[in-house]
Formats: sequence, C-alpha cells, structure tokens
Amino acid sequence: MTKLLPSPLLSLFLLGFWLLLQNSVSVGQIILGSFLAVGIPLFTHRGLDYRTTLHRPKLIMEYLLLVLIDIIQSNIDIAAIILLPSRRIRPALIEYPLEIKGEIPLAVLASTITLTPGTVSAELGRDGNSLLIHALNVDDHEQMINDIKRRYESRLKEIFKC
Amino acid sequence: MTMIELPVWIEWCIAFMLIIGATFALIGSVGLARFPDFLTRLHAPTKSTTMGVGSVLISSIIYFSVVDTFSFHELLITIFLFLTAPISAHLLAKAALHLDLKRVEQTQDLRAQSAADPDKPK
Amino acid sequence: MLIYALQYAFFAFSIALLLNLWRLYEGPDLADRILALDTIYINSLALLIILGIWHGTQLYFEAALLIAMFGFIGTVAAAKFLLRGDIIE
Repeated sequence: MTKLLPSPLLSLFLLGFWLLLQNSVSVGQIILGSFLAVGIPLFTHRGLDYRTTLHRPKLIMEYLLLVLIDIIQSNIDIAAIILLPSRRIRPALIEYPLEIKGEIPLAVLASTITLTPGTVSAELGRDGNSLLIHALNVDDHEQMINDIKRRYESRLKEIFKC
Repeated sequence: MTMIELPVWIEWCIAFMLIIGATFALIGSVGLARFPDFLTRLHAPTKSTTMGVGSVLISSIIYFSVVDTFSFHELLITIFLFLTAPISAHLLAKAALHLDLKRVEQTQDLRAQSAADPDKPK
Repeated sequence: MLIYALQYAFFAFSIALLLNLWRLYEGPDLADRILALDTIYINSLALLIILGIWHGTQLYFEAALLIAMFGFIGTVAAAKFLLRGDIIE
C-alpha cells in the first residue's frame, strides 16, 4: 500500500485535477486519471522536500469556511476604504511574532494573512520567528496581532500539530 | 448573443454573481489607481480583483451547468487564482521593501520598536 | 436580465482595464508597473470568461487557464528580477 501509493492525498488531488481538466466523469477518464494519479507520485515523491501530515479533517473544513467568510468581509472593508474619499487611512508595518514552525504551516498562515482583512504579509524574519505584515488601516496593532493569533494561528497549530 | 430560455431564478442568480464580481473588480482597479503609495496599492488588486474574478467564474459555472451539461472546470482557474494571488503579492511586497520605495508619511513603522520595546504605547 | 448584467460586466471590466493602463503608464516605480500588469492579466481573463458566456461557448476556457498560468509565472519572474537582479540562479 505505501509502496504503491506514497502519498494518497496527492493521488486524490491529481485524480480530481484530471477529471476537472477533462470536464467529464466518464469511466474511461476515471481509469486514465487513476493511472496518472498512481504513476505521477511514484516518479516524483522522492523529489518532494516538504512533507507534512494533516490532523483533524473537520477542523480543516471549518478553517476553510472561516477563511472564505473573512475574504468576503475583507473585500467589503477594502471597498469601503477605497470608495469613501474622506476617510484617512493609517497604514502600518507590523512585526508579528510567530509561534508555529515548519515551511508548510508558515506558507498557509502567510497566504491566509494576505487574503484576509486589510493585511499583506511582506517578509519572513531572518531567524524565522517573526513575519512582517503591512496593514492598510490600523488603529490598534496589539489587538490586530491578537486577532490573527486567535483566529488563524491557533487553529493551524491544531491542524498541523506543530 | 445566442439567447437560451433559462428559469428566471437561475438567470437572476447568474446576473447577481456577474454584477457583484464586476463591481468588485472595478473597485479594485479604482483602488490601484487612487491609493498614495505602492504598499497600500498592493492591497486593492490582491483582494478585490481576485474575489471579483472568482465570482465571475462561479457565474460561468452556473450558466454552463444549466445550459449545457455539468461543467465544473472553471473551478480550476478560481482555485489557481486564490492560490497564486498571495504568492505574487508577497513577492512584490518583499521587492518593494528591499528597494525601500517611498511610503506615505502617516505610515506607522513598528519594526524597530516592537523588537526593542514591545510594550510601547501606540 | 442576463443581457444587461453581461453588458454591465463588459463595461465595468473595460473601465478597470483602462484604469490599470493608466497606472501602467503613470506608475512611478517598476514595482507599480508589475502590479498593474498583474491586474491587467487577471481582468482580461475575466473578460474572456464573460465573452464565453455571451457567445455560449466553452472554447475560451483553455485560453483563460493559460493566461492565468503564464501571467502568474511572468509576475513571479519580474518580481524576482526586482528582488535579486537575476531570474535564474
């Protein structure tokens, strides 16, 4: 089992990707897609540098839903900032202390920060312990850091167990 | 335009998603043109335009699923855009910080003081 | 109803593209121009998808997918050039 399917999630992803690309779920496409989904990881799994394990699948769905809602929320906020001419914006560069470790959890956290309310992750600190964030409109930066920690980082910590 | 009879509520659904998406994309581009410095300009397209194009693609999924057969492949572009928008934004922000581009004067730079004195009042 | 929504979407994306072109022409720095190009390719991709709905064909899907991929690669390469002064290390 582990010899034939070194990473089952990648295989499942490849099968889904193939079916979406062909835009059909006929038997022939499923068989061809399964061949590709088994074959491609066999050739490439030795080259994968970053590996991680996911825990708590229910929490992952919850996290995705939370991020989706926050994306819509942040878009409405940004639209209000852009369209209201009188509002003075107060941008800020904030150093965010990181608690989680590892390449993949950090990448997920940085992408989440970029997609959600008023913040863009700009640079990872040299020691890997802090993330530089540019925020569009900040009144209280302590509260913003606490928000990110509570909403995203604690959940990611549980998902990746790091 | 080839007109095909659709159920009314589906037509309204598609039209709603199209209008939302086009409005958000337009707002994102207005922000790109209006904001004062590069780092604030970066916020507008990465969020609004991605979301706008995402809802246009969803309306396309609904339209072709109803008119033709089951069609979900626009989902590929949506997922791809949502995965890549943060990466290009991150790289551009990094480049801007490296080149030390001009920032508006009310930017609060909390980099040095947060390392030296974390309890400094804002 | 759908026709008016499609016409509005064409209008809005065209105005958005004009604004991006203005930023591309005006942008004080190279980074602004790269950002404008990034937004231009995303907006034109949406325009292609809307054209596909207008004509009722799915032929434009592959073009849109290719624009998305090459646009992303182009943005990353340009940003990396700004960062390091070199693309292939």
